[in-house]
Amino acid sequence: MATTDVPAGAVRRPAAPRERRPTGPPGEPRAVGYLYIAPALLVFGAFLLWPIIRAVWLSFYEWDGLGLGTFVGIDNYREVLTDPELLAPFGHALVLVVFFSLLPVTVGMALAAMMSRTALRGLGFFRTMLFLPQVVAMVVVGIAWQTLYQPEGFVNDLLRAVGLDGFTRAWLGEPSWALVAVGFVGTWFTSGLCLVLFLAGLAKVPRELYEAARLDGAGPVQEFFAVSLPALRGELAVALTLTIIAALRTFDLVYVMTSGGPGGRTRVPAYEVYDRVFVKSEVGTGMTVAVLLTAVILLVTVAINRLAEGADE
Amino acid sequence: MSKSPSSPWWAALGAALVLSVTACAPGSSPNGGDEPEPSEVETDVASMGDITLTVWDQEVRGGQAEQIEALNKAFQEEYPNIKIERVSRSFEDLQRTLRLAINSNDAPDVVQANNSRSGMGAFVTAGQLQPLDPYAEAYGWDERFPESVRAVSSYSEDGKTFGEGNLYGLPQTGELVGVWYNRSKLEELGIEPPQTWEDFESALTAAKEAGEIPIQFGNLDAWPGIHEFGFVQNAFVPREEVRDLGFGREGASWTTPENTEAAEAIAGWAESGFFTEGFNGLGYDPSWQAFAKGEGVFLISGTWLLADLQAALGDDLGFMLPPVGSTGELAVTGATGLPFAITEASENADAAAAYLDFITSDEAMGMIQEAGNLPVLETDAEATGQAQSEVIDAWKEASGEDALTPYLDWATLDSYDVLSAQVQDLLGGSTTPEDFLSTLEEDYTSSLEE
Repeated sequence: MATTDVPAGAVRRPAAPRERRPTGPPGEPRAVGYLYIAPALLVFGAFLLWPIIRAVWLSFYEWDGLGLGTFVGIDNYREVLTDPELLAPFGHALVLVVFFSLLPVTVGMALAAMMSRTALRGLGFFRTMLFLPQVVAMVVVGIAWQTLYQPEGFVNDLLRAVGLDGFTRAWLGEPSWALVAVGFVGTWFTSGLCLVLFLAGLAKVPRELYEAARLDGAGPVQEFFAVSLPALRGELAVALTLTIIAALRTFDLVYVMTSGGPGGRTRVPAYEVYDRVFVKSEVGTGMTVAVLLTAVILLVTVAINRLAEGADE
Repeated sequence: MSKSPSSPWWAALGAALVLSVTACAPGSSPNGGDEPEPSEVETDVASMGDITLTVWDQEVRGGQAEQIEALNKAFQEEYPNIKIERVSRSFEDLQRTLRLAINSNDAPDVVQANNSRSGMGAFVTAGQLQPLDPYAEAYGWDERFPESVRAVSSYSEDGKTFGEGNLYGLPQTGELVGVWYNRSKLEELGIEPPQTWEDFESALTAAKEAGEIPIQFGNLDAWPGIHEFGFVQNAFVPREEVRDLGFGREGASWTTPENTEAAEAIAGWAESGFFTEGFNGLGYDPSWQAFAKGEGVFLISGTWLLADLQAALGDDLGFMLPPVGSTGELAVTGATGLPFAITEASENADAAAAYLDFITSDEAMGMIQEAGNLPVLETDAEATGQAQSEVIDAWKEASGEDALTPYLDWATLDSYDVLSAQVQDLLGGSTTPEDFLSTLEEDYTSSLEE
């Protein structure tokens, strides 16, 4: 497969002092280049590549983390892909994608389009405020929102204050609302990021384009689809990548706010990995979930980038 | 993005596949079984030479930290040739890191391990803890500790049977899940602390009618529900059966008429509004803190709250054993604090055993009590308040009558998850008592088969 490897000769034969470069096809990088990247490669290998390899390796074993592991082939994968208890977390993660990614991107896009049409006083201030959630550690966000969601917490107080007494509930304790409640925190968390990204993107669009569109008789909606949206393609890809990854790898929010409850309805893959490996001593199953989660994230990222690139051509 | 087929991802996957076939399995095989047990036990600490003992504990909260620091100091003063290196971590941290450390070359000598199957049980299976029986004989621990206390630190040599077999650890403190009550609120309602199940339920009704929260309860963290259910189960199910279930023994079953009664009773409480409103969405800490502020008549929880509650409520705080239910016998969920164990890797097991003996001695129990905790053994020291003396009396009565039942989530490796989720659903009304019990039964039987 790998036909474009280091030319064998280049490695074995050190470059003669006078030769500017050793023999090899024209355009081939010099072997010494590998020396330059060696430090980074070592760090990458030791802290990223090796753990990944080890995770994949462990996913083929049944191991309690203490005794001797047993090789079980692809049994762990079969279990994860067929056990409804292990598939449910992946379904929950998809719900979170809606809240972490689709909602904020849509809302952020609409807000950005509106804000860029009118000169808003104090735009810098609003931008900063909306971006603030990104600066706060996720654990702090989780603890704060858990307090807000308590039965006697701020959210219910607010609902009562506006007369919506019937709508108050134990947000994190109700089967049909817990995941939505967790997801909404994600919306709050990523909306500002999306908005700021899109505002920055729109700022680059030449005013003339809008003027031309208006002269052609385009309304605000047509203007958005004809000028703003195409200009934002790059930002859209970045926003989608960041937020979808944030949704899929969610752990801290669930760990802090619900510990997977009520009745396992907010368990997500990353929480499952932690629970299997560190709590239940099912290292193999946990690693399998981790490997699958990594694969899903990788696929989604590649797909989004392909789409963004493809649209450019 | 690189589109080359030789990108690191594929290389990694390929390498991993090769590795998975050729490399040896992770972990190491148990090494405890083959070695001959030490035939002679040395108890003369002064003659052992200079030794450093590494001790990992989780006694980090106020009163607990105070007693263990004082004991470590006293031990080193008595035996100057021994130096104690203490590593203290919170309960959760200790659970996570211990698994990694106990496997490594510089494993600690003494560790505080959780009694559960996933804790001590797993370590015993992997041969990483030393059986303490030779030392128990030398130091007379069998006389010092009653059997019910030793049972919760005992496993068979393969770690499969819990509650009997070799002794693997010694605890310092006791733990009970009983009833905390607000004395002045009970007086306002004109009720004596209820001694029978009927009285308890009518007290709950009276409290509800008076507009009080009958039982302060927060179950967002999911585990408090296990204690709440265990409390009700103890009233309906004979304690020997609860013990079989808790220790994960063959022949026990969840789908009995008694268990059904218990599940129906607690579901009925939830329906009648005996718990705090929205309990499944209320955290454990906010809930007991609300009780400490005077919200709620009863709080069903553990004696580990003693120091905090006593500080907040003072003499308004009362503690009592669970009222006796239809079984006609006292039964209370309870056990010991985390036991101290000696690792297989320790080269100074004799010194470690002397340390264990020291921190569970009579004087040690006195110091534990003075620091505001519940010592596992009786002591002459003065109680620090009315609530503490009630807790101590309750512990004496419960351990004296052999009334302790184990935590239900000890049963199997999965039972914590299954039980906590199922109790949330049962109390929230999204499952029926029958489905609740059959799910538990399914987990129970499938774990026993493994």
